[in-house]
Amino acid sequence: MEWINALVQGILLGGLYALFAAGLSLIFGVMRLVNIAHGDLIVLAAFLGLTVTTATGMHPLLALIVVVPLMAGLGYALQRGLLNQTLGDDILPPLLVTFGLSVILQNGLLEIYSADPQKLSAGGLETASLPVGGLSLGVLPLLTFAIAVLVIWGLQWTFYHTSLGRSFRAVSDNQDIAQLMGINRRHVFGLAMALALAVTAVAGILLGIRTSFDPSVGGGRLIFGFEAVIIGGLGNLWGTLAGGVILGVAQTIGAKIDPGWQILAGHIVFLLILAVRPNGLFPRIAA
Amino acid sequence: MDNILKLDRLSKAFGAVKVADELSYEVPRGEALGVIGPNGAGKTSMFHLITGTLSADSGSIMFDGQDVTRTSAARRCCAGVARSFQVPQPFTHMTVFENAMVAATQAAGLRERAAEKLCLDVLEQTELMAKANVAAGALTLLERKRLELTRALCAKPKLLLLDEIAGGLTEAECVSLVDTIREIHRSGVTIIWIEHVVHALLEIVDRLIVIDFGRKIAEGEPHAIMESPEVQEIYLGIEVDA
Repeated sequence: MEWINALVQGILLGGLYALFAAGLSLIFGVMRLVNIAHGDLIVLAAFLGLTVTTATGMHPLLALIVVVPLMAGLGYALQRGLLNQTLGDDILPPLLVTFGLSVILQNGLLEIYSADPQKLSAGGLETASLPVGGLSLGVLPLLTFAIAVLVIWGLQWTFYHTSLGRSFRAVSDNQDIAQLMGINRRHVFGLAMALALAVTAVAGILLGIRTSFDPSVGGGRLIFGFEAVIIGGLGNLWGTLAGGVILGVAQTIGAKIDPGWQILAGHIVFLLILAVRPNGLFPRIAA
Repeated sequence: MDNILKLDRLSKAFGAVKVADELSYEVPRGEALGVIGPNGAGKTSMFHLITGTLSADSGSIMFDGQDVTRTSAARRCCAGVARSFQVPQPFTHMTVFENAMVAATQAAGLRERAAEKLCLDVLEQTELMAKANVAAGALTLLERKRLELTRALCAKPKLLLLDEIAGGLTEAECVSLVDTIREIHRSGVTIIWIEHVVHALLEIVDRLIVIDFGRKIAEGEPHAIMESPEVQEIYLGIEVDA
């Protein structure tokens, strides 16, 4: 039973990792940009959540109403003002610039919020649990997983059933032709980053409710996000969810074997999958 | 005269290679203009200059009464310049219908409903309706050429640029494509058509220009041009069967 419990907890944890990863996956899919600052943006969202909840006394989940549009706006501005200028045939400039952005974000957060660990207080939600067939499942992990599925479904739907999604896919497919079809690439990239950071905002708030955070934890979130994307296969959002789940399960099973192995077990499973399936488990099949 | 397009001493060079050299001509609204010339003469580069994917070193481009010499490719497309590519370049991971919808919503600026209707009409016209839900990457060459045409038409162009659209097709395929292009021209769209398959070209165009080394070396009535000494020299060995 304990093993089943670890398995289920791992699956639910995977939901959070999928949320870390969804924004990365979206940005890479649309504009081939690897955003090194992604983890720090997740942490930024958590801190914004902290500011909003302490200032207004709102429940952290309610604070999403403020933090999501804030992060989306920041995403659009960041893309139009900075990242668009780095995109081109060379993949190095965006890597360097987002790495620099990561350093700036970490130090900025340190300056404003100090290095003290913080936590978003969600009251009873943090400890509430549901008995399911002999297991006791936390309401928060269940809710996180449900939100992850909903977000991935929403992104998938946006990609395949809206005009905006069509623009994303057209630009992703062939930028030059998309330009000739009247698509303003810079604007579309801005919207993609806005959407990615809106998802990041959700991930940041849920992270802040689940565990304590400080300005230095972004790097770890970035790695988990990356691993989920790579395990699932580039360009496949449902694959990213599966990747998050595999990573989460590996970590909780690893921790069950030996508490010190939690993080290591995740990395080992990631490396094994990378060795056997370099393109991930479910890469987008070329038409 | 009401010109849809006017090039005035347009020049563009890559190092010592001049792809356009003081190129000037006018295209009256509703005309079908044919462009011929040897490989590397600057024909496709001329399309790049007109659509805005290349910017001119000097000279000007007037489109529909506006100076568009420094206007972005996306803006020119929305203003009504659409082209097909010599090597078809569909969005391979999207369906034929979605390819068309990108042009109809983005380039023509239509709302979803109106765009869907336009796309269905155009797919009917270009005979791709049966393939509407097939991924563009899975099409045959003729179908890809028809998709190029479809996408260009869904942009509701005032000026349609065709780049060797008949190249590489079988005789029968070519005939059916020419019929489609004739229909499009009759509906009032101005066409500039670069083509090596001269007999296909001569079935449609009202006027012909000849380009070599980025310069216009002849211009006039198609059959007269084809028989002129300059063209005979360039196309030595190519029979004109029109």
